[in-house]
Amino acid sequence: MRHTLSETISGLRRNIGMTLAVVVTMWVSLSLFGAGLIAAQQVDRFKGEWYDKIEISVFLCTKVTQGDNCDPGQDVTESEKALVEETIKANPEVDEVYFETKEQAFAQFQEVFANSPTAEAMTVDQMQESFRVKLKDPNYYQGLVSQVQNLPGVQNVQDLHTYLDPIFRWLSALQWGTIGLSVLLLLAAALQISNTIRMATFTRGKEIGIMRLVGASNFYIMVPFLLESLVAAIAGALLAGVSLAAGVWLIIIRNAQASLKGLRWIGWPETGLTIAVVFAVAIVLSVLPTLVSARRYLRV
Amino acid sequence: MIKFEDVSRIYDGQKRAALANINVEIAKGEFVFLVGGSGSGKSTFLRLVLREFRSTAGRVFVAGKNLSELPERKIPALRREIGMVSQDFRLLPGKTVFENVAFALQVIGKAKSHIRRVVPETLELVGLGDKSDRRPDELSGGEQQRVAIARAFVNRPKIILADEPTGNLDPETSVGIMKLLDRINRADTTVVMATHDWAMVDQMRKRVIELEDGHMVRDQVRGIYGARA
Repeated sequence: MRHTLSETISGLRRNIGMTLAVVVTMWVSLSLFGAGLIAAQQVDRFKGEWYDKIEISVFLCTKVTQGDNCDPGQDVTESEKALVEETIKANPEVDEVYFETKEQAFAQFQEVFANSPTAEAMTVDQMQESFRVKLKDPNYYQGLVSQVQNLPGVQNVQDLHTYLDPIFRWLSALQWGTIGLSVLLLLAAALQISNTIRMATFTRGKEIGIMRLVGASNFYIMVPFLLESLVAAIAGALLAGVSLAAGVWLIIIRNAQASLKGLRWIGWPETGLTIAVVFAVAIVLSVLPTLVSARRYLRV
Repeated sequence: MIKFEDVSRIYDGQKRAALANINVEIAKGEFVFLVGGSGSGKSTFLRLVLREFRSTAGRVFVAGKNLSELPERKIPALRREIGMVSQDFRLLPGKTVFENVAFALQVIGKAKSHIRRVVPETLELVGLGDKSDRRPDELSGGEQQRVAIARAFVNRPKIILADEPTGNLDPETSVGIMKLLDRINRADTTVVMATHDWAMVDQMRKRVIELEDGHMVRDQVRGIYGARA
């Protein structure tokens, strides 16, 4: 055991340059990886929050509105309205549906545009009737939209997905880009480790040769190498963990959470989980290449 | 102790066999010279005993184990029964004489107390009792080889393999090494020594196995280097 430890320490010191390189690469790549994971969790939260609030609005024709399915100058007929309602209710994805009358729409309009000249210019009759639909899973909105939007009497189908989707697409592209980049860096770190081990087996070639000759077990020969890369990887993971925690504290807890109170931000539990994943990745990424290259270069 | 049954060994990518159809048995406590020119197969013979690789054909038995069927994880146990001495000593330059010998016991997990008892004993046996704190570069070639022999013998193996142990030494020093190996042999250790040193072989009158181009051309009790019976 003493021999193993002193071998590990002298190995780390002998390859101090390579060890530092591994630590730094691990640090940067694991930080990026963790940041990607944290961003993914945050985006998922926003998505859940916003999509929950989204409802699809099916606006119906009035005398003054224009639209492909509207007869010019005609209100939507009762039978058209019934067909739209029936279609919506028949869709299995629909959770709730309610009807907004012209009066309700007018009241809301007055509220939104209170103290504005627009509010006085409008009349109840100019308002649009609409169906407001809530879906069981807001991700499956397209089916309903395409079913309803061509029905006669439907002037327009509005849903926020049209606006939110591009935002989330960009966010997820960003977060996958980060994770992808970090995976490349992690790969580089793994290769660096296996290269370090290869060099170490050369510099310790004589010792290893003697150990094999006198019957030291493979495990015994390999342990110093394993410990060496583990130490480097865990140092990198520690630095990455500190960086992530600092980032979360600075960006989310101190700033974003304070200024954008309405949104559901992630906190320490998610950060802790991410750091745990980062450690697991670090350990796997150091042990695996060590075992592989040790098998290659420490053959009996 | 060592038994070759129709053993051949062909290295990868080569047509000629490094060893061909070798049949030989070496009993416990025997002293055997393995002679022959460079490339005759002496080293291959020793490396087969160490199970550095398997025979291409035939079966090798060492200390009761069939090496052709020995799983890789049991190789270390086999090697603990064999002590290996080579021409170039293979000492660790940064360690003292004591540490070099102790190293062989440390890496197979022997207790410190055991090491402290056995290493001085063994150094005494090889005649280096007073040099245990020296480093290899402070020693003569003969002394370095004695350290290597101490390291090979410190775990009291059943077999000592020596590959040209006197190859780098002058004749006088060689005699000392030879005597040491002879003493180890008298302690009931089987010794197989590959050598070019005909004077030594002639003098010792031990069993001689001669290899030529991978074939065994002579196996003679109390033989001499040159003559074929």
